[in-house]
Amino acid sequence: MIYREAGDFKTSYRDDSQTFPIRLDRWGYYAILAVAFGIIPFVINDYWANAVLVPFLIYAIAAMGLNILTGYAGQVSLGTGGFMAVGAYAVYKLMTAFPDVSIAIHVLLAGLITAAVGVLFGLPSLRIKGFYLAVATLAAQFFLVWLFNKVPWFYNYSASGQITAPTRTVFDQAVTGPAASAPAKYLVCLVFAFALAWLARNLTRGSLGRKWMAIRDMDIAAEIIGVNPLRAKLSAFAVSSFFVGIAGALLFAVYLGAAEVGEAFGINKSFLVLFMIIIGGLGSIFGSFAGAAFLVLLPVLLKNTLVGTLGWPTDLAAHIELMIVGALIVTFLIVEPHGLARLWRLAKDKLRLWPFPH
Amino acid sequence: MDQFIFGMEVVMNGLMTGVMYALVALGFVLIFKASGVFNYAQGVMALFAALTLVGIQNGQVPFAHLINATFGTSLHHFGWTVPAVLAVALTALVMVLLAFLIEKLVLQHLVGQEPIILFMATIGLAYFLEGLGDVMWGADIKTLNVGLPQGISDGIEEVTATWFGYGFFIDRLDLWATLIAAMLVAALVAFAQYTKQGRAMRAVADDHQAAMSVGISLRFIWVMVWSIAGFVALVAGIMWGTKSGVQFSLSLIALKALPVLMLGGFTSIPGAIVGGLIIGVGEKLFEFTIGPMVGGATENWFAYVLALVFLVFRPQGLFGERIIERV
Repeated sequence: MIYREAGDFKTSYRDDSQTFPIRLDRWGYYAILAVAFGIIPFVINDYWANAVLVPFLIYAIAAMGLNILTGYAGQVSLGTGGFMAVGAYAVYKLMTAFPDVSIAIHVLLAGLITAAVGVLFGLPSLRIKGFYLAVATLAAQFFLVWLFNKVPWFYNYSASGQITAPTRTVFDQAVTGPAASAPAKYLVCLVFAFALAWLARNLTRGSLGRKWMAIRDMDIAAEIIGVNPLRAKLSAFAVSSFFVGIAGALLFAVYLGAAEVGEAFGINKSFLVLFMIIIGGLGSIFGSFAGAAFLVLLPVLLKNTLVGTLGWPTDLAAHIELMIVGALIVTFLIVEPHGLARLWRLAKDKLRLWPFPH
Repeated sequence: MDQFIFGMEVVMNGLMTGVMYALVALGFVLIFKASGVFNYAQGVMALFAALTLVGIQNGQVPFAHLINATFGTSLHHFGWTVPAVLAVALTALVMVLLAFLIEKLVLQHLVGQEPIILFMATIGLAYFLEGLGDVMWGADIKTLNVGLPQGISDGIEEVTATWFGYGFFIDRLDLWATLIAAMLVAALVAFAQYTKQGRAMRAVADDHQAAMSVGISLRFIWVMVWSIAGFVALVAGIMWGTKSGVQFSLSLIALKALPVLMLGGFTSIPGAIVGGLIIGVGEKLFEFTIGPMVGGATENWFAYVLALVFLVFRPQGLFGERIIERV
């Protein structure tokens, strides 16, 4: 039978608690991985890499990061853009200071540096809750952007105040700088996205993730049953910022190539990632990917339809796009506050009963 | 001594900026108290109101850009101008209509949702309104003139010149804005305290269900509160728009109002005013004293950091209601 647990006997606890309990899901997952790693790198061209796939993967990483903090640990953050800037500037400083070390290590280190900064800005979360915290994280957003603008050391005293990624290679393939090829960029982002998604999934279903969720549902009650709020909240900030920092590093080094902090990592970026997790679904790894895909594809689609087909001027199309994104967010919140992930789950539940629903 | 006098001028300018912040913050507090919605769109409402005002005043054709792109026409203006008073009245009407639509299309469907969901809905609303304002009236920077006096206030300059030997530079527009804001605040407080609708509004703020059980219509109160917030946004939009032109950055004053709210407490009208003054003076003084040492432009973040540090010691803000949590 299609899409049934029936007949798929689990003989160990390990089998019983796997991520995809249904065989068809498992096959689908392996099939997607096979396509992503085995086929797309050979057929990808510059347009698809730059317009769709690379930003999708990078934003998926950022969305996972924010989802860990907001969706799992319940701490709303509006500072994502600022933390992405930390990742970007950290990787830039590392790349230029240690040109011989592999870029992959730089990106990971940038993630760790961002995690440290995230913990610092997460400290007030022990006292401040809810909206007050959301607004407090704006302090991180504005302060960090200002810092990277005003202190020339961060952008190596370049005249324009911009940072530009030099060419760096992985296995003799350029992945940053102007010489990087589409498959190389795509694969680097894919490896990071895959590894981090695996990490996020396993963290969130382990004891750490359960502590985060307990804090999210009610922090005082969680404290009474023995969850240390200091550790739980700060670890959420650390892990979340690690993800966001890596996303920022990749966004700058691999995708943009050159960045000006106010423009690339402004408050709008924070909202963009927040929208991704709302539309995708709070507290869901799949939702992070779905939300990122949705909000990366939507502007491309709208632009193609409005400018390409209808022949409207680009500025008008940009304004209409704002309206559509805004309206979609409101519609999503009204119709399905739990996002695309919930729709996906409902569809799967329906499929399991098909063709004999009760 | 010179430094001290400069400092005093900075403080005065700060106080006036603070009043403007308080004006925006007031809109937030009103809506938050009455409906528990943290309205991020308040700043965009101010932008939208200012855009509409300019559009009506100059007789612009709404959606001209869109109509032209679709039908190949070249409309732009009706060719008349509307007197300022009438334009303001018409804009206020538009804001009431907007409040009604928001209640009907958005809030009504989100009753009983978590506050954070409501907050995010208003962010979506902010995006929508921003796009709508641009599509309706065009995105170019416009000048707004409803006849408010502008330029340096000669009287204050003369008086201070005779007192200190240095004439303070105070914009007459700022003085007027302070006056109007003070009047608006007084009117709002009076409205909330002494009218039937005001009392109903406070009842709703206190307890939705109890208010409903004594026959107060929640929907009416919400439309009313959003209309008042729209009106406050219009006033704020006129002030800021006259000062620095009607453009996208106008909507960013909402972001400035957030630390004001945190400092004052989300539920307190006096808090919004005192918070606005503290932030206004604080950021101007900080920029004046510390700014030159660290490269300037500290106004972008100072308010947030101040509010953050303050909240660590007093999580409910200056005048906020004490937060009591139970399991």
